[in-house]
Amino acid sequence: MQKRSVFILSVLCFGFAFLYVPILIMMAYSFNASRLATVWGGFSTEWYGKLLQNDQVIDAALLSLRIAVVSATFATILGTLAGLTLARLGRFKGRTLFSGMISAPLIMPDVITGLSLLMLFVSLETLIGWPSGRGANTVTLAHITFSMAYVAIIVQSRLTSMDQSVEEAAMDLGSTPLRVLWDITLPIIAPAMISGWLLAFTLSLDDLVIASFTSGPGGTTLPMLIFSKVKLGVTPDINALATIIVCIVTLGVVLAGILMMRSERQRQLDEQRAQAEAAAPQPGIA
Amino acid sequence: MAENSDTKTDPVFIRIENVTKKFGSFTAVDNVSLDIGRGELFALLGGSGCGKTTLLRMLAGFEAPTSGRIMIDGQDMTGVAPFDRPVNMMFQSYALFPHMSVEKNVGYGLKHENMTDAQRKDRVRELLDMVQLTQFAARKPHQLSGGQRQRVALARALAKSPKVLLLDEPLGALDKKLREQTQFELMNIQDRLGITFIVVTHDQEEAMTLADRIAIMDRGVIRQVGTPTDIYEFPNSRFTADFIGSINLFDGTVAAIKAGKARITAPAAGCALEADTRYGLSTGDKVSVAVRPEKITISRGKPRSTAVNAVQGEVLDLGYFGKDSLYRVKLASGALVRVSKVNDQRLSEADRQVDWEDKVWLSWDARSAIVLPEERP
Ligand SMILES: Nc1ncnc2c1ncn2[C@@H]1O[C@H](COP(=O)(O)OP(=O)(O)OP(=O)(O)O)[C@@H](O)[C@H]1O
Ligand SMILES: [Mg+2]
Repeated sequence: MQKRSVFILSVLCFGFAFLYVPILIMMAYSFNASRLATVWGGFSTEWYGKLLQNDQVIDAALLSLRIAVVSATFATILGTLAGLTLARLGRFKGRTLFSGMISAPLIMPDVITGLSLLMLFVSLETLIGWPSGRGANTVTLAHITFSMAYVAIIVQSRLTSMDQSVEEAAMDLGSTPLRVLWDITLPIIAPAMISGWLLAFTLSLDDLVIASFTSGPGGTTLPMLIFSKVKLGVTPDINALATIIVCIVTLGVVLAGILMMRSERQRQLDEQRAQAEAAAPQPGIA
Repeated sequence: MAENSDTKTDPVFIRIENVTKKFGSFTAVDNVSLDIGRGELFALLGGSGCGKTTLLRMLAGFEAPTSGRIMIDGQDMTGVAPFDRPVNMMFQSYALFPHMSVEKNVGYGLKHENMTDAQRKDRVRELLDMVQLTQFAARKPHQLSGGQRQRVALARALAKSPKVLLLDEPLGALDKKLREQTQFELMNIQDRLGITFIVVTHDQEEAMTLADRIAIMDRGVIRQVGTPTDIYEFPNSRFTADFIGSINLFDGTVAAIKAGKARITAPAAGCALEADTRYGLSTGDKVSVAVRPEKITISRGKPRSTAVNAVQGEVLDLGYFGKDSLYRVKLASGALVRVSKVNDQRLSEADRQVDWEDKVWLSWDARSAIVLPEERP
């Protein structure tokens, strides 16, 4: 017993070290006073200050955020529609083909997606003159295209696990199908839509390959900027930028975790209370 | 309008005409015709998968009949969407809206109704009062017990005062005690509101206690429709006789018919049996004589000579259930007959008149037995 738990503990430590030591090293070097990435020259916050004055970095970060928000929102709308169609339209002609095509972007290599989208934009421009040139807009469109598939899959799986008689009950009580969608279906699948949105948001924020293919002048996203900087050698200000991103992400994850735990605990309390009351005699009858 | 007032006096309120429903090549409901009266509490009874839910869903408008039509209150329902039908349904799974409070669930159907906010509130309160859930108005469905959820579903289905309420196994998820209590609540509510109830169930006792009339379904076909008494005392086939309660069947052939009584030679009984007949039989027909266990008298001595149906056997088994006892008697032919006897006297075990391995006589009146035609396959 004793030996086994020591073994498990050391495996656990090793696993966590594997995951987090690189990040910790990077964070430590972001406070390095030396310009050289591998030599420790004392503690300093100099690079954070420099970073905040670097308009190029700030602009790229803002652009990335804007693209991520817009593309996640559109991807959620389109993906939800696709998910609804897949889950609720029953058997229509070409359903298998449709569902296969929806999930294709999930397994398609980014390089191919990026290349084919580039071809599309170029030929569209020569044919109808739109989009004129490539930039933030084409990156946004490309991100909508590939993240929509993820949203569709998430929404569809929520819909298939949902009790369909709830929708029938609403219709039975006088609601037209559109009202049922608005009153019943959307509120029930809202959590799935939110996680779809978050996934699309992170996918967009994270993407380098597709953005590189479809971007143009004025369309440099944060990953593109970092990558081009790193090509010239890792500088401490990139470490500082990465540290800030890691901190923001950690904060977000911790907050979401706390909120979820709280609502779960509340739910359990409610259920216990309901059971206790059901077991106790009803106050109204006495 | 004139037409409408005409139909009000028509005792037939729901008319199901030759309705068939096919899923692919599988026939779930097979040429069903039923008339249901206004304010009736009608039960659809049948085993699992016999098409009860499918028939109910066609009444609610969720499935369209493959052929045949359904009329409600003189109106043809073909092509009428579920949200336009004067019918509400209480679902087997309750189907409460998980994201709405009890109050909102019950009031949902009133949203499109032509009423002021105050009227709507009053109506919801009235409904919650009726099902005794007023203090739970703000709860979400997951914060309720099973029985409370069932009452929310009932209140929600009644909110719009539908002409017809369809209930799909309304008490399926409740334990036995709560079930019996709720059965009477349902009957009271139905009696008070005068709404036509169609209740689906696979529990024969529930159907017998609840319903004014029962339809017995089997593999998509209606086998018999009638009052609980009709169905219990005058089953029209071996299937219904066997389905409701327990019954003893003796196969035989008709030897003679005289004044509504048939004489049947039944090898299993070891003698000729006499029984009432309701159906046009002729001599030589293959039939079964059916006798309910409680209609048989068991005695050690030979019954009076006037008893026509008397057979002899040996007690094989004896079950004591408090208010009654059940005997299994083996006849000379090897056939087993079940007999139940109400324990109307207090007797200790030593005083028991009939005991294991006793030779006994079984007898019953000709009017207590019924002749059933041979089962069509
Ligand atoms: N949408 C459908 N597609 C194909 N077959 C179906 C469909 N709905 C029902 N069936 C079939 O029709 C038959 C009757 O089903 P139904 O749900 O009406 O049974 P039921 O009498 O309500 O049974 P239970 O008591 O188990 O609820 C079943 O054999 C079922 O498999
Ligand atoms: Mg059913």
